[in-house]
Amino acid sequence: MKASSQSWIVAIALAVAIALPLVAPTYYVQFASKALLMGLLAVALNLVVGFGGMVSLCHAALFGLAGYSLAFLTPEGEGASIWLSLPAAVLVSSFAALVIGALSLRTKGIYFIMVTLAFGEMLFYLLHDTKIGGGSDGLYIYLKPEFGFGGAALDLERASTFYFVVLVCLVLGVALVSMLVRSPFGHALVAARDNERRARSLGFPVYRIRLTAFVISGALAGVAGYFSAAQFGFVAPQLLGWHLSATVLVMVVLGGMTSVLGPLAGALAIIGLEEVLKSNFEYWKLIYGLIVMAMVFVLPGGLQQLASMVLGAKPASEDDAVERDMTAPHDDAATDRLRPELLRSEAKAHV
Amino acid sequence: MSAITFAVQLLNGVQYGLVLFLVASGLTLVFGILGVINLAHGAFYMLGAYFAWWIAAYTGSFLMALIGGVALSFMLGLLLENVFVRRLYGRDHLAQVLLSFGLILVVDELRQILFGKDVYSVKPPPWLEGSIQLTDNLSYPVYRLALCLFCLVLAALIFYVIQRTKLGMIIRAGAENRDMTRALGIPFDSVNRYVFAGGIALAALGGILVSPISTVYPGMGDGMLILSFVVVVLGGIGSVAGAAIGALLIGLTDTFGKVFFPQVSSILIYVLMAGVLLWRPNGILGKREA
Amino acid sequence: MSDVTKPAAALAHPILTSGLDRRRFLAGAAGLATLGAGFTPSAPAIAQAAPLKVGFMLPYSGTFAKLGKFIDDGFRLYVEQQGGKLGGREVAFFQVDDESKPEAATDNMNRLVGREKVDVVVGTVHSGVAMAMVKVARDSNTMLIIPNAGVNEATGPLCAPHIFRSSFSNWQVCYPMGKVMHDAGHRKVVTITWRYAAGQQMVAAFKEGFSAAGGSVIEELALPFPEVEFQALITQIATLKPDAVFAFFAGGGAVKFVKDYAAAGLNKTIPLYGSGFLTDGTIPAQGEAANGIKTTLHYADNLDNAANKAFLSSFKAKTGQDGDIYAVQGFDGAALLNLGLTAVKGDMGARPAMIEAMRSAKFDSPRGPMSFNRANNPVQDVYLREVRNGRNEMIAIAQKSVDDPARGCKAQS
Repeated sequence: MKASSQSWIVAIALAVAIALPLVAPTYYVQFASKALLMGLLAVALNLVVGFGGMVSLCHAALFGLAGYSLAFLTPEGEGASIWLSLPAAVLVSSFAALVIGALSLRTKGIYFIMVTLAFGEMLFYLLHDTKIGGGSDGLYIYLKPEFGFGGAALDLERASTFYFVVLVCLVLGVALVSMLVRSPFGHALVAARDNERRARSLGFPVYRIRLTAFVISGALAGVAGYFSAAQFGFVAPQLLGWHLSATVLVMVVLGGMTSVLGPLAGALAIIGLEEVLKSNFEYWKLIYGLIVMAMVFVLPGGLQQLASMVLGAKPASEDDAVERDMTAPHDDAATDRLRPELLRSEAKAHV
Repeated sequence: MSAITFAVQLLNGVQYGLVLFLVASGLTLVFGILGVINLAHGAFYMLGAYFAWWIAAYTGSFLMALIGGVALSFMLGLLLENVFVRRLYGRDHLAQVLLSFGLILVVDELRQILFGKDVYSVKPPPWLEGSIQLTDNLSYPVYRLALCLFCLVLAALIFYVIQRTKLGMIIRAGAENRDMTRALGIPFDSVNRYVFAGGIALAALGGILVSPISTVYPGMGDGMLILSFVVVVLGGIGSVAGAAIGALLIGLTDTFGKVFFPQVSSILIYVLMAGVLLWRPNGILGKREA
Repeated sequence: MSDVTKPAAALAHPILTSGLDRRRFLAGAAGLATLGAGFTPSAPAIAQAAPLKVGFMLPYSGTFAKLGKFIDDGFRLYVEQQGGKLGGREVAFFQVDDESKPEAATDNMNRLVGREKVDVVVGTVHSGVAMAMVKVARDSNTMLIIPNAGVNEATGPLCAPHIFRSSFSNWQVCYPMGKVMHDAGHRKVVTITWRYAAGQQMVAAFKEGFSAAGGSVIEELALPFPEVEFQALITQIATLKPDAVFAFFAGGGAVKFVKDYAAAGLNKTIPLYGSGFLTDGTIPAQGEAANGIKTTLHYADNLDNAANKAFLSSFKAKTGQDGDIYAVQGFDGAALLNLGLTAVKGDMGARPAMIEAMRSAKFDSPRGPMSFNRANNPVQDVYLREVRNGRNEMIAIAQKSVDDPARGCKAQS
């Protein structure tokens, strides 16, 4: 697809998104808010997974921590000020990402996956088993945050207002990630993913670059988590659990990891699919699970691959110079750390 | 705490650790040898317990349940390897994460369709049903002691197979350098299949062996999966000895944590893990970065 | 409590209300058409034109799946006995699987309230999920009947005229046990439960009753929900040597705890008591280990009253399974709703009158006589049961007409 046609699609999608609350019933506006927030989380995760080559299984924990922060900062009987609580929540998520990232990034590949999983679960149990956040019963947020500026105020209790605020956050988030991946920082991140040794020998501080990407991604996940908690008025430890992390990974892969917007499409597709399956089948998880498994084999390139198959074009090539198919072998295999053989010997049995 | 109580709690911790080792050993072997990350390991643990209940309900024999359950899971492992997993050896870990995540959902729903939603229990074999008096009012089920013994024997067996047999040599060679092993004409690919199925069978075996002292219930695999992951991270990927150390550490931390720090007991495990990772990022017996 | 008295339209989105107006308009048009045919309909007849939408939000999968199914079956059984109608109106069912996941509860509740626009929601088993449902029900002014979850707050600080419970409160089923255990001669007791709201509320209620009777709780043991590695705590009980143990666990945890307790030989020297859920629906899996355990609950398997016998035989005929407390709670939920709707001839628009009829309802449930307190929680007998012959047999009434104090519930008109 050409750049111009792509921007047309984005423009149309944005127009539809803006028009939605004017025509859809409240339930679907709420539903769309939820889907967009998952989209933001997926876009955030893809900065780490797609562009950074780091498969993180702890992003739900970063997402959930921001939600809990809102719950803690909401006083009884009134809403928290968004100007105070949003930055605080994002700060908490970023700090958690900094600590987890600093420790996890000392490892690679399969180890990185497992260490992030373990840290995510650690946060889950911290909130689940201690009384800090209401334990396994969770916490309620009875009133949505107050969004006042000057004399005016936005009423977030209104579904359509809330939706537009979420939409603006998503657009800003996508813009930020797009800018990042086009910047020298983004190129360094991608270079480190494709060939770590070469990136190192060129003098890139690989560890610092990855950690920065991880923290930014955590901050964006925090924004999504903050609004998600505000929307449902309730936080429970399960928000931090790895099942959500894995679901978001499914969204990222389904949408395609090579682009900034792909994961958003993946999130919308998965949330929509879930809604349809849930209301039509008793054993919907069976079908959902089979679809996930099939996707791994049939559509490793995600929806982008599907689109290009339908349109009969070649696989979408990016303008960003960030090409990467999940399956395709890489060009300079000699030093590629993602090569399976090397990975396997990295993690071999030694009794 | 009296010496006797301390000894009993020590036994509790070691016994819990040995069960953890049993389940985690399958996980660490599949990681280490095949380089495959299997998030569905806990689901197979659960499935093993359901197999045991199902076979025991029909035959009335725990021994049959044990043999049948392991055989069924092993065959299931072979099937899964053949249809799905073998296509993923050459692909990155993300694909494996997604496949096994999908597999969890599928296994869980199939379990619900085949075995229902009830909570079940399994009787231990009659000759292991008694218990031994430990203190004036506390006795210890013989089955738990037998379970400890069984786990120890199994651990020894795994070490022996990997270190001393020809099969073990092929496995170690393949883990070291797959291409070279294949080039030398060694049937490494068919060995892979058995390693994967063996890993699944070990998970199921854990579920089967635990079923008489635990309960067979739908969510039983979730907690076990995470604990096995922590064991493997602690011990070092692919290291069976590391898994044994990690499992015992966690068993003891959990047991004494519950006694001394009841409010934060489950966090202690993760504090321990974080501490070990600070000290050795690749686990206690994990290899240093190449 | 101001939001409770707000009319529905004030809280709903404009688009939603205009949808309601449109439906009312259509119904009115239909009424006019029949008027032309020489028939004068009463207002309720108009309301009866559309079927009553009942939304089940229950666990159809996960740990509590069987409980959810039984509540569903019990409710439907009652509706079938009324010829498929409640208050003279046809009933359309909608169902959502809540999976016992609190984090998805608001979303699931919105599916029923926002998407399907049901008239009444029935749910659920898990207390955390129920709390989220209560929140949405209060915000959207939706009629809610809770057929299990005993969380005290639902008919305590969060009580509302349109939120009813056809089951029990955690306080209600455990408080009577205090006196029972004291009367049995136990003075020093250890409690054990999961560290979550239901467990803590049940243990607190027991402790309140036990202290009032003159006993003392010497240690409160707890472990994270839903962990089942009990061995360390059982060893601790053996060391503490209390007169008796009071436990609350449910489902798989209850099975494992009872078996571990017996396997450690403690049942021979330290009798085990508990809330009824310790042995309800779990006896087949617990086997002999459950024999002799005494529990309190608002139901027992061998209750000898006409309503229970009729219920058990018709439930068996419908599902092929033996009914239990969960099925009874679903059945009673439907009975309660039927009472309210009959009083207003099926017109949900006359809700204050309907609520009044439900709150003043007195009927013979399979569990025994049942009425409601000011917070819409049942006032009912709590039985002392003992596990014999593989079932929970009633051995006495632990306390007659137990009324939850509804702490924190501002007086309702």
